[in-house]
Amino acid sequence: MTRRLLTGNGAAAWGARLAGIDYVPAFPITPQTEIIETLAAWFDGNEIAGRLVMLESEHSMITAAAAAAATGVRVFTATSSQGLLYGAEMIYTVAGWRAPFVMVNVSRGLASPITLEPDHNDILAVRDSGFLQIHCATCQEVLDHILLAYRLAEHKEVRLPVIVNQDGFYLSFTREPVDIPDRNAAASFVGPFDPETLCFRNSRPESQAVVVLGGSPYSYFRYESHMAALRALNVYEQIASEFADHFGRRYQALEAYQLEDAEFAFVMLGCFATKAKAAVNGLRAAGYRIGLLRPRLFRPFPVEAIRRALAGKRAVAVIDQNLSMGKGGILHTETASALYGQSDAPPILASFVGGLGGRDIAAEEFFEIAKLLGEAADRQETPPPRLLFTDTELREVRKLQLIAHVEQTSGSGIL
Amino acid sequence: MSTVYERMKDLPSTHLLGTGTPMCAGCGGLEALHEIYDVLGGKTVFVNAAGCMTLLSVYPFTPFRGSWLYTSMASAPAGAQGVRDALDILLEQGRIGVEENLEAIVLSGDGAAYGMGLSATSGAIERNLNFIYLCYDNEGYGNTGQQYSGATPHGAQTATSRGFAGYAGYKKDLFSIWAAHKPAYVATVIGAEPLDLARKIETAKNLRGPRLILALAPCPTGWGFDPSQTVEIGRLAVHTGLWPLKEYLDGKVAHTKVPSKREPVEEYLKRQGRFSHLFVPERKEDVLADIQARVDAYWQAVETRA
Repeated sequence: MTRRLLTGNGAAAWGARLAGIDYVPAFPITPQTEIIETLAAWFDGNEIAGRLVMLESEHSMITAAAAAAATGVRVFTATSSQGLLYGAEMIYTVAGWRAPFVMVNVSRGLASPITLEPDHNDILAVRDSGFLQIHCATCQEVLDHILLAYRLAEHKEVRLPVIVNQDGFYLSFTREPVDIPDRNAAASFVGPFDPETLCFRNSRPESQAVVVLGGSPYSYFRYESHMAALRALNVYEQIASEFADHFGRRYQALEAYQLEDAEFAFVMLGCFATKAKAAVNGLRAAGYRIGLLRPRLFRPFPVEAIRRALAGKRAVAVIDQNLSMGKGGILHTETASALYGQSDAPPILASFVGGLGGRDIAAEEFFEIAKLLGEAADRQETPPPRLLFTDTELREVRKLQLIAHVEQTSGSGIL
Repeated sequence: MSTVYERMKDLPSTHLLGTGTPMCAGCGGLEALHEIYDVLGGKTVFVNAAGCMTLLSVYPFTPFRGSWLYTSMASAPAGAQGVRDALDILLEQGRIGVEENLEAIVLSGDGAAYGMGLSATSGAIERNLNFIYLCYDNEGYGNTGQQYSGATPHGAQTATSRGFAGYAGYKKDLFSIWAAHKPAYVATVIGAEPLDLARKIETAKNLRGPRLILALAPCPTGWGFDPSQTVEIGRLAVHTGLWPLKEYLDGKVAHTKVPSKREPVEEYLKRQGRFSHLFVPERKEDVLADIQARVDAYWQAVETRA
């Protein structure tokens, strides 16, 4: 094991390298590109065996990835944002092939307006595809969860592709100290890829991904994928415990921070949850009994664990870094569906949307949310959903609008 | 180039593709596929793009002796890329023996080949992917009821060009688009000329790199003719000069079957419902003359070059 400063992208490349990948179909997109450039340099320098091929689109990239996995090699790829959506037809399609491989998504807001900075609308747009989703909050988690993701994807009870998600810029370009496992230790944890009966060989002709006629066989195969995804909850627990034995780092489907004795809780996905963690420390110091719940696994969704973790809390704030237009925060909806009808569910489940397109969520905002939770619990009344935005930000936008107006009118009038 | 297919009796007598598929009676694409598969053999994996032939393999049946992977409408060449690369990695690293190797064959209609899949196709050719692209060209989106596509010929009535003039555009020259990439091989074929077809599949089979087999696929339902006429329509497509049988190899285009005396294009057109508006209620002389003039100009250019 060596300890090194790595970006999230560097950690992703190391995860893939240590997982013993054979094949990387690739296509560049900010902020993911460093991952494929790093891997390309390793292939070029013969530091790893196999090959990387540049495709002409993400749609083709995902097709090639799954086709190679369906032929029986270990495949890795990575994308982000518009690329994920460009390939979305194939994300849905190849999940049903049951050919396991791992893809890193570096979350970035979706157009329009077009931006480079992160939020989770990209990854949540493929929520229902059949890919499993693991959301990371640190560079170490990115590396570790690529190793875990191969075990999960290739497990005989699961056999589904997995997306390991990290936030663009905040993780992808931020250096953190990362323990890089020893090559042999990683290889012994991940093991060789056994494609079982799913591959293309002359001696074993196989028809894969064929048409079905009628709703019954269609439903059968869709239910099969769903049940495999649900089984991934237990499988994750098993392999995470094995991982802890190998490497000493213990992961669970949910990260719970200061939650046990808490009356209040934040629920968040991804690396902005580390901001919430800092806020929890500050709020605890100020006398608030508050904690944080962060799902690592988003698909499968750890419903039972969420119920247990939030049971008996007085009020909970789900802070979504995404926005479903005309509805609101997606994690809020998911959490509500997990809690509804449970006798010990928190009576208040408030919704906040922030962090869109990389917008910061400031410590004061977490404090304000905590204060609102306290008031809501006392009044026993859920506050209306809030879109986080400050007066200062509004002034900044108004200033841009004024400049745009002046540019437009002076351009036609005076010049 | 030497060939084992000198005469009709040299063609394979064992037929490999199973029967009982849901293709239409008289399907010219299936006719070509039968002939092609007999020469290619079962040591293949067909990577399919959405189209009529997606319905060849319906769970749990397949007419193929070899393997099959359905992908999507746009990305079958990328599917072939993944399969080819994976097999190459396994072969290079000695994880499978050469006896387990397969030839990757993209199977698509003209909708994917001329349109939606063209970007993925161009990418596969520029990466010098070792694969065969087999397109059955029925000159429209056949599986959805024959709307016009980039492969539809001028004047043809389709489900989305039922008007007075038929389809206003001209058939895209996919052969030349492929040839411009300088691939290993490009050939046009038709099921009605099985000897010419077999020789071209034989040639393609012995080459490596990107190879296109572009088969005109007379389509009884989409073109409006009786299924018993598929072979005759195909023969006329060649003999009127409308479907030149040719191949691109080593940077040169050669015509493999030059009609000694071309029959008038009318002979081909008048047998098909999609062109009936050129004849009734009255002859559209200008359109007929335009189609004939384009065919004549094509062959004049061929003769000038030769």
